[in-house]
Amino acid sequence: MTTTTTGPDAATRDSGEPDPATGKGEPARRFGAGSPLRAGAGFVLAAVLLFAVAPLVLSTFRLDLLAKYLCLAVVGIGIGLAWGRGGLLTLGQGVFFGLGGYAMAMHLKLAEAGPGNLPDFMALYGQVEGLPLWWRPFANPFFALAATVLLPMLVAFALGSLVFRRRVRGAYFAILSQALCAAMAILLVGQQGTTGGTNGLTDIHSFFGYDLDDPVNQRMVYFIIAAFLLLMMALARQLMQSRYGELLVAVRDSEERTRLLGYDPAKAKLFVYVTAAGMAGLAGALFVPAVGIISPALIGVVPSIEFVIGVAVGGRATLLGPALGVVAVAWAKTALSERYPAAWTYFEGLLFIIPVLLLPGGLASVVGVIRRRRAAGDSRQDSTRAAKERTLNVGVGSATVRETP
Amino acid sequence: MVVLSQLFTGLSIGAVLLLIALGLALTFGQMNVINMAHGEFIMAGAYTVYVLQKSIRSAGASLLVALPVGFLVAGAMGVLLEFLLIRHLYARPLDTLLVTWGVALMLQQLARDIFGAPNVQTRAPDVLTGHVTVFSTDSGSLSLASSRLFILALAVLAVIALALTLRLSALGRRIRAVVQNRDLAAVSGIPTGRVDRLTFFIGSGLAGIAGVALTLVGPIGPAMGTNIIVDAFLVVVVGGIGQLWGTVIVAFALGVLQAMVEYSTTVSVAKVLVFLAIVAFLQWRPQGLFTVRTRSLA
Repeated sequence: MTTTTTGPDAATRDSGEPDPATGKGEPARRFGAGSPLRAGAGFVLAAVLLFAVAPLVLSTFRLDLLAKYLCLAVVGIGIGLAWGRGGLLTLGQGVFFGLGGYAMAMHLKLAEAGPGNLPDFMALYGQVEGLPLWWRPFANPFFALAATVLLPMLVAFALGSLVFRRRVRGAYFAILSQALCAAMAILLVGQQGTTGGTNGLTDIHSFFGYDLDDPVNQRMVYFIIAAFLLLMMALARQLMQSRYGELLVAVRDSEERTRLLGYDPAKAKLFVYVTAAGMAGLAGALFVPAVGIISPALIGVVPSIEFVIGVAVGGRATLLGPALGVVAVAWAKTALSERYPAAWTYFEGLLFIIPVLLLPGGLASVVGVIRRRRAAGDSRQDSTRAAKERTLNVGVGSATVRETP
Repeated sequence: MVVLSQLFTGLSIGAVLLLIALGLALTFGQMNVINMAHGEFIMAGAYTVYVLQKSIRSAGASLLVALPVGFLVAGAMGVLLEFLLIRHLYARPLDTLLVTWGVALMLQQLARDIFGAPNVQTRAPDVLTGHVTVFSTDSGSLSLASSRLFILALAVLAVIALALTLRLSALGRRIRAVVQNRDLAAVSGIPTGRVDRLTFFIGSGLAGIAGVALTLVGPIGPAMGTNIIVDAFLVVVVGGIGQLWGTVIVAFALGVLQAMVEYSTTVSVAKVLVFLAIVAFLQWRPQGLFTVRTRSLA
């Protein structure tokens, strides 16, 4: 393998100045990641907003939409951990979202059909004689609920342990995760008789005996989702603050150095990948009662990369950034794409380009960037000099340390 | 007989993959850039045929004209992309993936606005519409679609032309130098920035040629690039970077594997099995089939 480019880590490895993309080198006063007291206050504020303000202010329709966005935000938290903290650009979170969603939807379909009956779409397509063997365990609610989280984690563990152990990383990993996503979507479409094909599993109206068409029950689903979101947020914060979180950042920024210090980068990456997969699976399972459908179009290559762009817009390495970014992008999509479909596509294209190009730290870094600019002096001369110094550091870093893939 | 015809199908899938992956391997190998808009350069090449056929009546002549024009159109788009966006991101290769995906989205919408959302039709020259019967025995005959044969020949030609360019020309020498060691190349006086831009021109231009070839076998539409780009990237990953032959071998191998597995199962199951085969292969050779040997830790 050649050292063709310096790589993102080489750029700032020895410069000692904060990297705008990742917030590395900054003291721990990042958005939401301050003292425990401040974090606690933040969680209380978020809980008040989600549990008291939102249900009072928003109409039933808007609250349903918010419930859907919050599910996507849970996926975003996982991507923020894996990509922002671990450097794993996973373009295939749709796979895990889908596994969780399908596991939940399969159980709900079976429960709706009643014992001994086929789900409606199987009877409709008529491609199967009886219930396929791999559908059967999902009739058990405990199995299905456990599977929504454990199944994605299992798949992530299998792929991750194979891939990370052999040091497949960077772009290679991104492409593999995307290919897995494409293969899964094609497989689901192809096996129409047992998976519902392109339509997916639709018309889910009851959730463990509760009628989902009843607005009261919809609100209950919203509360469940909001609670899980806060829980995952707390989990992510714990991980980021822990010694493991520091190791993860070290692996992201300088994998070889971490290895030579005696840590196993493969294990660190595997753990965060499996965690992110579990979060995506949970999100998929929550998505099904909130929206009433799961289909290949919701989990393929395109929606998977849309998760990532939400995370990038919000701020990949922060705690709040990924969740808020995903919600904002999903909201913008609903608001714009229905009225101006063509304009939305251009806007979405720009969303991929402008923030990543100009604001790699995402919206969460705006305050920090402005503060740094002001501290460095407002004159343009100074900023160009700083840029020159940075380039110099890049050159030195790449010439002395040879370890980029 | 069936095996032979499936083998041919596989080879022709591989030829299309190869035409697309050559350009990707070039840019990924040299600059570590994942260009997700590569698929849209293919689309540009295909629409070049469509536009040219509005003024050139003969299908054969328009195809011949479209090959160089498609190369130039897609190449120019590539250079523009490199100049406007990608060169600012060389320090963050993974981010190029997201940025170029955004470009791809916008180019697709642009195509929809200009040419309409539905697929468009082009005319294939008469020579390339029939079948060529290779041999026939009592048990059956083997006839091959001539359009597929044309694509196979085109892919082989593209590989030879690229290999000769890399091996013999001054530009090729510079490209190889930059791929092997960018810093040493730079201190030896090679203008790496200009070499990068030229590489991008050639790589994107090859996508344009692939697009022209694809008009013979498939529909031309705004989404045509997205569907095939994931497979092409897999070819690059498995082939390894820095060497042309890895890409060539893997493109054909994946094509044949896909065709064979497809024959014994279904298309969708074949996709999954091929993916598993790739993950298994990477256990054996995590850096791909061929790599340039260095003393780096990775």
